[in-house]
Amino acid sequence: MVEEEGFRRYVAHIILWIGIAIVAFPVYIAFVASTQDNALIANGQMSLLPGGHFFETYYQTIFVGTSGSTREPVGNMMLNSLVMALLIAVGKIAISIISAYAIVYFRFPFRMPIFWIIFITLMLPVEVRIYPTYKIVADLHMLDSYAGLALPLIASATATLLFRQFFMTVPDELLEASRIDGAGPLRFFWDTLLPLSRTNMAALFVILFILGWNQYLWPLLITTRDDMQTIQVGIRKMITTTDALTEWPIVMATAMLAMLPPVFVVVAMQKLFVRGLVETEK
Amino acid sequence: MQKQAIFQSKLLPYVLVAPQLAIVLLFFYWPALQAVIQSFLLQDAFGLSTSFVWFENYLDLFREPAYFEAILRTFFFSFAIAVSSLSFALLLAVMADKPLRGSMLYRTLLIWPYAVAPPVVGVLWIFMLHPSLGVIARYLRALGIDWNPLLDGDQAATLIVLAAAWKQISYNFLFFLAGLQSIPRSVLEAAAIDGARPMRRFWTVTFPLLSPTIFFLLVVNIVYAFFDTFGIIDTMTRGGPGKSTETLVYKVYSDGLLGGNLGSSAAQSVILMVMVIVLTGIQFRFVERKVTY
Repeated sequence: MVEEEGFRRYVAHIILWIGIAIVAFPVYIAFVASTQDNALIANGQMSLLPGGHFFETYYQTIFVGTSGSTREPVGNMMLNSLVMALLIAVGKIAISIISAYAIVYFRFPFRMPIFWIIFITLMLPVEVRIYPTYKIVADLHMLDSYAGLALPLIASATATLLFRQFFMTVPDELLEASRIDGAGPLRFFWDTLLPLSRTNMAALFVILFILGWNQYLWPLLITTRDDMQTIQVGIRKMITTTDALTEWPIVMATAMLAMLPPVFVVVAMQKLFVRGLVETEK
Repeated sequence: MQKQAIFQSKLLPYVLVAPQLAIVLLFFYWPALQAVIQSFLLQDAFGLSTSFVWFENYLDLFREPAYFEAILRTFFFSFAIAVSSLSFALLLAVMADKPLRGSMLYRTLLIWPYAVAPPVVGVLWIFMLHPSLGVIARYLRALGIDWNPLLDGDQAATLIVLAAAWKQISYNFLFFLAGLQSIPRSVLEAAAIDGARPMRRFWTVTFPLLSPTIFFLLVVNIVYAFFDTFGIIDTMTRGGPGKSTETLVYKVYSDGLLGGNLGSSAAQSVILMVMVIVLTGIQFRFVERKVTY
């Protein structure tokens, strides 16, 4: 090993802690603000230490919302975000794994054209086709619905490609063996391939859940009813009123609550997260 | 690449691809096609009649100075975000790559911002740097800086770049760390034996070996700056003051929604699509190369 002198090692520790402080500072400020009195914050006299309003602010945020006329409990927004994120993650994995299975394990007319039709979707994020997509969702009467929130975001090829890649590495002997046991294609898929794909599915799930939870532009366009808002959309609406009326402790508590689930997933499932991130970017 | 062992079935494979194909056609190809068609149409002010105008919408765009400014601004943002975030992340990754005690803890404490949504990033940063109540703005003013990003376009742009770069640190850090860890120790040891000091070792050995990662991250960061900054901009500045933080994606959104100019918005979407396809194409070529060597 290349020797690192003690001094350099100290420098490394210090730089890393500075980096961590920079990365954490905005969130610390948000937390502190969420525990303080709004009047103090609005005066620009916020303290840098946590205040005593933790329970009352979070209680109001989760169960009541802001005091404005369009108030909506943040608890309900979180539920909407959760349903959307789960639908996106589960839906994408489900439709992708079966189509990848068909493309890898069968020969059928139009196999490659179908693969390409799916593959090309990799290239275009929803942002570049928002209004036409909006129109279709409106025509299908799916505005303000979970289906409308999730379906257009499921239409992408990343997961299909990932499963295809993985299936290609599964040894052919497994299929021969299960065929000798008299298993048909569905049996082989269910009993052999699915259990083997478990880690891949979990890694993908972690990434898709985070991406789904953090969706913003699409929910912003297609939800008009307050009770269908996701938390990301809700937080923006809280600061639309003139600055003086913004209830900053509630906004910041909402920000904390919006970060909590995805950050928890990253920290608690770090291995799967890193794996999923590296694999979906390939 | 093809599997040798396969199943024979006429109907089943179609049933299996049907759900994905249906969703992709309905929510991807159809809207994309609509965007292309729409970009050749012009609607009158009341939305009563539409006429086919060839490339009029595109030509109008390129005649509009505001569009050029938005293109330049988007590229400037991309460049500023990529450079600041990449260099800071590289510094941290190089430090975290050393054999330190607690390196796993460092990694955990540095990667979580990946999970923070862009609109939340916007809220966090505007709060810290809000001219009248921001904690940091307070100190800036004490230093004699006339800080007001709600009125000053350059300051607003700086704020967007800072916030967007902050969020991207964790992603870049993770990929840099992976890149650093894949550099063979023996190469670095050889350089050390040759008497190269650590700084020199970094610039002559580590950095060149890291260039595939840097290039990959550069493309990812540009795509990120194009699209994911929407949430940050929308919660912080809404494209303002004036149009000083309006990026291409933000312009598609606000022209279509507020202006109601769907033809122009569609033409902008098509131009964006072409840009993304080019960027993705570059990225794929690069990935191909990475896979083959």
